[in-house]
Amino acid sequence: MRASAGERIGNYVLLIAFGLFALGPIVTIVAAAFGPDDGGGGSSGFANFGRAWEIGQFGTYLRMSVAVSVTVVVVSVLLSILSGYAFGTMRFRGAGVLFYLFLIGIMMPTEAIVVPLYFDLRTLGLTDTFLAVALPQVAQSVAFGTFWLRAYFRSSSRSLVEAARLDGAGHWRTLWLILVPPARPALVTLIVLVFMWTWNEFLIPLVMVTSESLRTAPLGLAFFSGQYTSGFTLLAAGAVIVGTPVVLVYAFLQRHFIAGMLEGAVRE
Amino acid sequence: MSSPPGEPRRIGYLYILPALVVYGAFLLYPLGRAVHLSLFEWDGITLGKFVGLSNYADVVRDAGLRAAFGHALVLIVFYAVLPVLIGLVLATVLQRARVRGLGFFRTIVFLPQVIAMVVVAVAWRHIYAPDGPLNDVLRAIGLDSLARGWLGDYAFALPAVGVIGTWFETGLVTVLLLAGMARIPAERYEAARLDGAGPVAEFFAVVLPAVRGEIAVAVTLTVIAALRTFDLVYVTTSGGPGTSTSVPSYEVYHRAFELGQVGSAAAIGVCLTMLIFAITLGVNRLADRSTA
Repeated sequence: MRASAGERIGNYVLLIAFGLFALGPIVTIVAAAFGPDDGGGGSSGFANFGRAWEIGQFGTYLRMSVAVSVTVVVVSVLLSILSGYAFGTMRFRGAGVLFYLFLIGIMMPTEAIVVPLYFDLRTLGLTDTFLAVALPQVAQSVAFGTFWLRAYFRSSSRSLVEAARLDGAGHWRTLWLILVPPARPALVTLIVLVFMWTWNEFLIPLVMVTSESLRTAPLGLAFFSGQYTSGFTLLAAGAVIVGTPVVLVYAFLQRHFIAGMLEGAVRE
Repeated sequence: MSSPPGEPRRIGYLYILPALVVYGAFLLYPLGRAVHLSLFEWDGITLGKFVGLSNYADVVRDAGLRAAFGHALVLIVFYAVLPVLIGLVLATVLQRARVRGLGFFRTIVFLPQVIAMVVVAVAWRHIYAPDGPLNDVLRAIGLDSLARGWLGDYAFALPAVGVIGTWFETGLVTVLLLAGMARIPAERYEAARLDGAGPVAEFFAVVLPAVRGEIAVAVTLTVIAALRTFDLVYVTTSGGPGTSTSVPSYEVYHRAFELGQVGSAAAIGVCLTMLIFAITLGVNRLADRSTA
């Protein structure tokens, strides 16, 4: 298809205009974070981040976020590999019904479960603990992970599984030695998505946590934005600190983010 | 459902068990408990009182709740309708022109999707502030009378929150539609052109029917996102000013943990869940029928 010069210029204008609209708010906050402190602290540039880190206690919050994210990613991906393998390659009674049960979890909004979860965990004395933040998110990610890996194992594995069986490999060895290694791209997609969802999650930590030491980064930022009222610079620096880890991963693995969020959305 | 490869294997249950235990305990059981709690009037502390379906009746009866669902409807316009319209125009134009730098463009417009909503909220609260960048621009171009504290304004707070939704959903929708349009075979355009179709006729005859599936996915995703606007409202407006930006998912939190109306909160959560299920199934069924 050939377009006229005028049309082509028009297209670039549209492209750039929309790109600027998408980037504008991000640029605004990054620029504010590096600018001179409007709260009268006298710092600017990278020094803002040091001061925000200290005043906002982001070290504590980031540590908690890393711990929660790593736990949720590792546990939910392991459990999803096992369940996705079973649903994708084995036949057993009730597999269909059980799989639909997992699909419910993909659509279920956190708002529906967080209320009963809080009161039941409170009865058990488990609110305000690390597990109360991590385990509900493991459950949510396992629902998606099972769906995601079942589709992968189903599409790729028939001949592999049969060949492995002819070679006398058991189901456990077949999974870890034959199926998992070539599944790396699908697994990377799952890992980055679960990491992003967990890192960015807000409602669950907000409800479950009261101790300051258990606040995740977004929760800490929300509190910081409520309490720190002298100027925007340090708040912007805090926001950049909280947002950067996922953006960094996105910068390197953006294909996985886009493919995962779009294909994962097509949930039959 | 076609049967998966391999012989029947009981061992499958053992592989599913760990996932099912966590999933059952932290998602399925709480969902059941939400339904249970929704039948009670309970403040979270003292003994609850069984009230049957009255909490559900309140979703229709209670003016505040009706308003919250109405606000969600307004947000759907900003989160779903506008992004799909803008996305269709953008993607069609970009697809026709085959401009360079499309990959980079994709990366940029998708970026808002990966940023924590709290960070997004902090950024936009600054943009909308009385002395923020938006008002600076308005004053610079002589529109001083329009400048205001956008999030504190009864009439403008809800649309202002909605525009944030338009901002982060349009990129997602555009990328999704671009992927769909890239799959349209070139012969279809040629056939339309031989029939004498201009760009607009071509859009309705070739492009629109081909991306029905993508539109369905985009609508599903963005409508659900609109219904689940919690973080953004919590950080930008806390439902205010007054209750002008209260939405159902904010009401769940507000009622359960601030007002001590746990049963009502659970009922709203259950309604949200049913709404999301209905929309997901409904939109997909509609798309299937129209492509068949």
